[in-house]
Parts: sequence; structure tokens; C-alpha cells
Amino acid sequence: MGIYQDLFCGLNRAALIPFFVIGDPDEETSFQLIKTAIDAGADVLELGIPFSDPVADGPTIQKADIRAMKAGMTPKKALALIKRITDYRPIPIGLLVYYNLVYQYGIERFFSAFKQVGGTSVLVADLSIDDAEEIAPAAEAAGLETVFMVTPNTTDDRIQKIAKYTTGFIYTVSLLGTTGQRSGLSDLVEPLIERLKSLTEKPICVGFGISTAKHAKDIAQAGADGVIIGSRIITFIEDNLGDTDTMKKQLKNYIQEVAKEIARP
Amino acid sequence: MKQKGRYGQFGGFYVPEVLIPALEEIEAGFEQYCSTPQFLEELDTLSRTYAGRPTPLYHAKRFSEHVGFQVHVKREDLLHGGAHKVNNVLGQGLLAKYMGKKKIIAETGAGQHGLATAMAGALFGMETKIFMGSVDVARQNVNVHKMKLCGAEVISVSGGTCTLKDAINDALRYWTGHIDDTFYLFGTAGGPHPFPMIVRHFQTPIGIEARQQCFEQIGRLPDKVVACVGGGSNAIGIFSAFINDPDVELIGVEGGGKGVDTDEHCATLVKGSVGVLHGAQTYLLQDENGQIHETECISAGLDYPGVGPEHAYLKDSGRAAYTAVTDEQVLDVFELFTHSEGIIPALESSHALAWLVSQKGKLSKDTVVVVNLSGRGDKDVSIVEQHRPML
Repeated sequence: MGIYQDLFCGLNRAALIPFFVIGDPDEETSFQLIKTAIDAGADVLELGIPFSDPVADGPTIQKADIRAMKAGMTPKKALALIKRITDYRPIPIGLLVYYNLVYQYGIERFFSAFKQVGGTSVLVADLSIDDAEEIAPAAEAAGLETVFMVTPNTTDDRIQKIAKYTTGFIYTVSLLGTTGQRSGLSDLVEPLIERLKSLTEKPICVGFGISTAKHAKDIAQAGADGVIIGSRIITFIEDNLGDTDTMKKQLKNYIQEVAKEIARP
Repeated sequence: MKQKGRYGQFGGFYVPEVLIPALEEIEAGFEQYCSTPQFLEELDTLSRTYAGRPTPLYHAKRFSEHVGFQVHVKREDLLHGGAHKVNNVLGQGLLAKYMGKKKIIAETGAGQHGLATAMAGALFGMETKIFMGSVDVARQNVNVHKMKLCGAEVISVSGGTCTLKDAINDALRYWTGHIDDTFYLFGTAGGPHPFPMIVRHFQTPIGIEARQQCFEQIGRLPDKVVACVGGGSNAIGIFSAFINDPDVELIGVEGGGKGVDTDEHCATLVKGSVGVLHGAQTYLLQDENGQIHETECISAGLDYPGVGPEHAYLKDSGRAAYTAVTDEQVLDVFELFTHSEGIIPALESSHALAWLVSQKGKLSKDTVVVVNLSGRGDKDVSIVEQHRPML
């Protein structure tokens, strides 16, 4: 079994997976915040390397990318920061990255460097299953698990193909759109989780548009193995720039609240 | 997706999973409708009676005298809307209609594609949204006003560098959330498959007509075909008909801005390296980490750090050559061409003309060069005035 499968089987609740843009708002604060999330009960980390043109992301994560890039974050520095994190506490880390960054680094070189700093899985946001061969062999060679996205409009045939290539978990996009907070949970997500469960036994983690602890609870109750929360977490940074203590405090409270909500009775 | 959309190693469809069904739908719609007699007849009628095709091939004699060889100008500037962009929007707009879409979106740089899409939106009775970088909104305000008059909503994009690439980013993001009822009418022969194929297809009349006109008016094929290249739709439109004529040289001219050895240009094929942006593997202007560069060019229509994948392939295969001219060369020829021919060329098209001037004294008098005058320069008069005030 893979690292994620082991972890999900051993948890008494859906895995809590916060997302951070590495280096947002700067390298040191980013490290402090990720440490806070781990201490508060995060089970897995989903980390993004900032990119100049993040087409899958809404305004909150776009701004986080810009902050991190302005503060000097690069793929190389991101790998060094991941090393600091895994040195602090071994925790599964999924990387969410745009293809051009990996492409320029060199696919095999990048994957092997990410594995060396303690990385667990890779998801390339703008590489679909049709081109999985461009990264899957390199991921396997590096000892990384693969994560691919499924969206509410993905056909059953494609889901089966995606499941075949997935060795980590299926990143299940809850809605048709980009990342970002929404007031309500998409009504497309529960049918999608049901459809996935009928087609594959691969773990399912749900992300995009999950903002409140109640959303997370509903997703967990619908049968997801993990809940990925991005933009909501990043607003703790955006709203408190220059005030790391408040960021940490709000982040800690929020993670603890979500952890409590998604706990299985 | 049925096809891979590759041009050699270039092209493909590198997009988030959510967009795959939308691209598949367009690929299927293109295959299903675009070669049916009904579609062809409707497009042909619109091309003739609405857009103004065929466009003439004009022998620019006074300009020819100046450069010392024979310059024949494909007059896409005479089309409705003032540029070749109308060819693409009529084709894709009709496709959207056949596919039952009620809403269209588009990105725009100079505003020519935005204006053309707004016209198509009015023509086909579709709700239209145009995404345009805030920098471009400011420098092309006449086109913005025209788009609004056609009933389109213009969305000013303030992310990133506030130019064409950011307009594409935001149009893609919007499309992600509205794929059910919205057709993304892509403006250039770039982006993810099937757009490079579709845009090329609807721009091929430029080359087909020009080749035919060369035989009729000159009695032979030209020696060179020259076009400006931003994303590359007008260039692929005119090149396509000549690709299998090995003796015809194909030359694409990019925006050299303040010079290709400075950081302020948009000469992607001349100075870029291979990467993946906006759904395609192609040449890009980027840093060593793969972050996309800001570009700088006097012409908003060329101000883009990527390029259509077929041009990347034509460059690597050696079938076409790509070069760049500076803003100063462009301004010089804008004045020269207008003064010698009474035709105001778009700053984009002026790049192709500027390359001709750079060949002065290098080509024999009977050399025949066809240049694609992809658009008219009325929209650029105030920009030129800022750089070269008339006293």
C-alpha cells in the first residue's frame, strides 16, 4: 500500500489537508505557518510552488503566488523549505505544481530532488491524464506517488484511466471552476464522490471551494478520505500581512475547529 | 480528445482536467459541422458580404521603389473591423452557433480580436465578454469603446502584467466556471488543441487567395512571404498556402521592442526557450525557473511571451525563418509606408514592413515579396503621435 493509503486507513477521520503556497508571504513566515498547521493537527500537507500564470487558481491563490515570488521564492528554495518541514516533523507532502516549472527544472531531476527532501506525491495542475506518460514513469522511478485531478465533468471512462495512473489519491475537484472560497458547497460534489466510489477503490481527497468547517464535515460524511483546504487558509495570511502571530493564531484555531468537525463519532 | 494536436514536439493540450471536456466538445463540433455544405455556404456568404473577402493583393509601387524590390501587399486591413481577425471570429462564431452556444468569451491584446469577437457577438446575437489587460484597455481605448458599442462587456484584467497573457489566464479561469453554455473564441493560432488547428483553418483564405492572386497578377509564385508574428494567426494564415512551395521563403517578424538584447521585447521565437504555457508546448520568454517574463512592445497585438505551436515547429524544422525589428524601425516604416502609399498600417503589420526596409539593397529589383498587411493602423495613430509628435 502507498503512504497515503496507509495513513487514511489508520485515521479515525477524514485526513485534514491544508494547502499553502510555499514562501507565502515570505520564506520564514511560510515555515512558521506550516509548522503551526502541523502542530494543530494537519495530517497531510498540500504545497504549491508559486507560478507566474496559475490558470487553475482563483484570486486568493494568485495573490499568494505573487507575494511568494516577490519575496524571492523559487523551485530550488521551495525544495529547501520542504526539507526544513520534513526535518521538523515527517508528514506526507503532496506537491501541486504547474508543468512549466517542472519542465524547466527537468522532470526526472525535479522529482528525485523532491523525493530526497521527503516529498510524497506530485500533482501537475495543467497536465491531464492524456499526457500522464510524460510524468508517471519519472514519478515512479523517483519513488513518488501520483495524484491526478477528477472534476464533476470528467467522464466515467476518463475516471477509470485516471484511477489506473493514480498511485496516491484522486484529487477530486468539488466544482466547475477555479480555486477559491464559496459560500455553499457545490451540489456536484456528493454525486461525484458517489460516482468515484463506484468506479475505483483509490483514495479520494476533495478540494476547491471548501471554506467552512461545516463544508469539510459534509465532504467527510460523503465518504472522502481527505479534505483539502486552500484559499480559506491563505486568507489568514492575506488578512494579517505583517502580523505573523495573528496569522498563526487564526490558522491554529481554524485547523483545530475543522479537525473536531470531521472527527468520526 | 481525438487528436493530439501536435506540431512535431510542440502543441498539445496542457490544461487542467476541468477544461478537457470543453476542448473535446469544440474538437468534435469542428469535425461535425465545419466541412458540411451548409456551414461552408453560410461562412462563405458572411466572408463575402459581411467581412469583405476576397481582399486584394496590391502592388505597392512607391514603397517598392524605396526598398528596391517588388512588394505586394495582401490587404487584410480592408476587412470589416480593420484586421484579419474577422476571418477567425466568423468561423468560430458560426461554429459556436451550430454547437448551440449562447455566450462567447474572448481575450484580446490590441483589441482587434476583442472587437472582432464583439462584432460576431452582435451578428450572431450572443452575449459577449471580452477579457483585456488593464494596460491594453488604456492604450487601446478606441477599440474598447467600439466593443461596448457592439454590446460586449469588456472586463479589464489587472492580474500579473495586465496584458494579453493575463487576459488569456482570466478568460481560461472564467471559462472553467462556465463551460456549459460558453464558447471560448480563441484569438490566435495558439493555446491548447484544438485552437491552433481551428484558428489556422479559418485564417487559411489569406494564403489561398494570395497564392492565386500571385499567379493571376505576377504570373508566378513570390520569392518571399512575410508576416508579423505575435501569437501568429495572420502569419500561419498566409504561410499555410505556401508551406508546400519549397522555393517560397517564409519569414515571420516579431516585436523587437527596445532591442532583442534588452529585456524589453516580445521576440519569443528569436530569443525564447521551449516550455509550456496556456495549454501548449512552444517557445516562451521565461526565466531559468520557468516563470514567464513580462514583455514589452509598441504594438499591443504582438505583446505576448508565447507563440502558436506550429510556428515553433516551422522554426525548428527550418521551413520558416523568424526575426525581429525594433519599435523605432516600426515607427519609421509606419510613417514611410503611410506617406508613400496612403495606407496606414497597423503597428503589428508594420513589423513585417519594417523587415522589408531592412532588406533594402540586399535583394534584386525583380524579387517578389508578398507581405501580409494584417490590419489597419487607425487604432494606432495616437500611440504613434505620442512617440513622433507632428509639429
